[in-house]
Amino acid sequence: MEDLLEVKNLSFFYGADQALKDVTLPIRKNSITSLIGPSGCGKTTLLRCFNRMHDLYPKNRYAGEILMAGRNILSDGVDVLKLRNAMGMVFQKPTPFPMSVFDNVAYGLRLKSVRNMSALREKVEKALRQAAVWDEVKDRLHRNAAGLSGGQQQRLVIARTLAVEPKVILFDESTSALDPISAKKIEELMAELKKEVTIVAVTHNMQQAARISDYTALMYLGSLVEFDETGVIFTKPKHKMTEDYVTGRFG
Amino acid sequence: MTSGQTKNLIFKIVAGMAAASVLAIVAAMAATLYVQSRPALTRFGFVNFLTSTSWNYGQEVFGAARPLFGTFASALLALIVAVPAALGIAVFLTEICPSKLRGVIAAALELLAAIPSIIYGMWGLFILAPALEKFVQPLVGETLGRLPLIGSFFQTKLAGGVNLFTASMILAIMIVPFISGIAREAMAQVPPMLKESSYALGATRWETVRRVVVPYVKTALAGGIVMAMGRALGETMAVAYVIGNRHAPLESIFSPYVTITSVMANEFNEAGGLQLSALFSLAFFLFAANFLALTLAKRLLGGKKWTI
Repeated sequence: MEDLLEVKNLSFFYGADQALKDVTLPIRKNSITSLIGPSGCGKTTLLRCFNRMHDLYPKNRYAGEILMAGRNILSDGVDVLKLRNAMGMVFQKPTPFPMSVFDNVAYGLRLKSVRNMSALREKVEKALRQAAVWDEVKDRLHRNAAGLSGGQQQRLVIARTLAVEPKVILFDESTSALDPISAKKIEELMAELKKEVTIVAVTHNMQQAARISDYTALMYLGSLVEFDETGVIFTKPKHKMTEDYVTGRFG
Repeated sequence: MTSGQTKNLIFKIVAGMAAASVLAIVAAMAATLYVQSRPALTRFGFVNFLTSTSWNYGQEVFGAARPLFGTFASALLALIVAVPAALGIAVFLTEICPSKLRGVIAAALELLAAIPSIIYGMWGLFILAPALEKFVQPLVGETLGRLPLIGSFFQTKLAGGVNLFTASMILAIMIVPFISGIAREAMAQVPPMLKESSYALGATRWETVRRVVVPYVKTALAGGIVMAMGRALGETMAVAYVIGNRHAPLESIFSPYVTITSVMANEFNEAGGLQLSALFSLAFFLFAANFLALTLAKRLLGGKKWTI
């Protein structure tokens, strides 16, 4: 499969603290890559490099490269706003904005100056259908998004991300705050979405990584321990540490 | 009863009485204001007193319309200036400012809030009033004063800078720390994840503040504004210094005028009879207006929080 992104010798520093150490791995197009590892291993830090979320806070520094179509997205000349448009992100908890369901999904489109109401309506409906939440919200598009259940809110947030047609969606433990049924719906949705987008998902839940992902990367103390097809990671890993981690002997 | 139980009971009674005394004092004040304002209100009639613009010591005819209007007009004008400024400060402090500078500005704001109002009054009278007359009046007169219909309302009036506009600006300066404090506190409560969600869609800082942060805090903000308005309505010394306390038609925002508080501060000493009762009536209205503002603000500030 083709590589959409290539992480090359990536290091990351919060001030003087090095949180990522020389990480190299590919992100294959139209696949799901899980990032697993114990708390503090750097998996979320790595995820937040892809959309340069770290740029929001002072004293953060990248070293190394993340290549996308041959271009380093970490370099100074990159338009970060455009990059974030191409790299959607879904967080641990649902984060609906304090506005209506419709306005939530239209948010990113309006940022891109889509003003035409019929175009907005069409794209909002398409995104909500893609996120498998249209049937549940179609009668309440103009009511506040806070009224939806947690699982519906999370699918709304996915719809909001899909509306701007990203190439990649970054999931940061996006099912951890949901009940098992809602979490299962999100997992099914992710499997469906990889036909159109590439997914990178941080998860604490190893069963989930085994169930949904095509590739898995185990991280530990800021370094990549092992990257391979998920089947290989969970059945015949090359490293002893990986075997210990996936069998629950450490972590 | 054991001695422990007795102590507990005494403690409960003492604490209860202390709490009850607060209610008693508020009730007593309201009762005093009501009783003292009765003569004027019965003499002129409630509605007539509210709508009459006369304030004639010789003939003993008094009306509340001008002071009431002056009070609300100066508070409103102050809010028009103070709210955008305070919002700007709050956004700067929570979203833009480097953390070292933040402490300095926050301390300066606290200091500004702690200055006794009489000092604002003196500074307003000797520094701000002449400065506004010299630099701002001509500017406003040249621009807004040229407008049709409402232009006359912005005509320059040279009277040493003592006027409704100066009073409003003093009030604005006094309530800015207050509004920005509440706005800052509310903005600090916005979950970082919510803001990041906006950034993650390619939003700029400005778009995130305008479309996510401000809508998120708008109820608390409204509460802070109403509370600040309550303060502006009741502010006495600073306003009494710079408004001129002149019972005359308001020709321009640069005319000397009256507010409830300026009338009370200036006239209580020499007042007697119906005039005194009229002053008590004004005090009663102010009391009621402040009570309403505070109740509304509490309701807004304590309102249902948005959670994620």
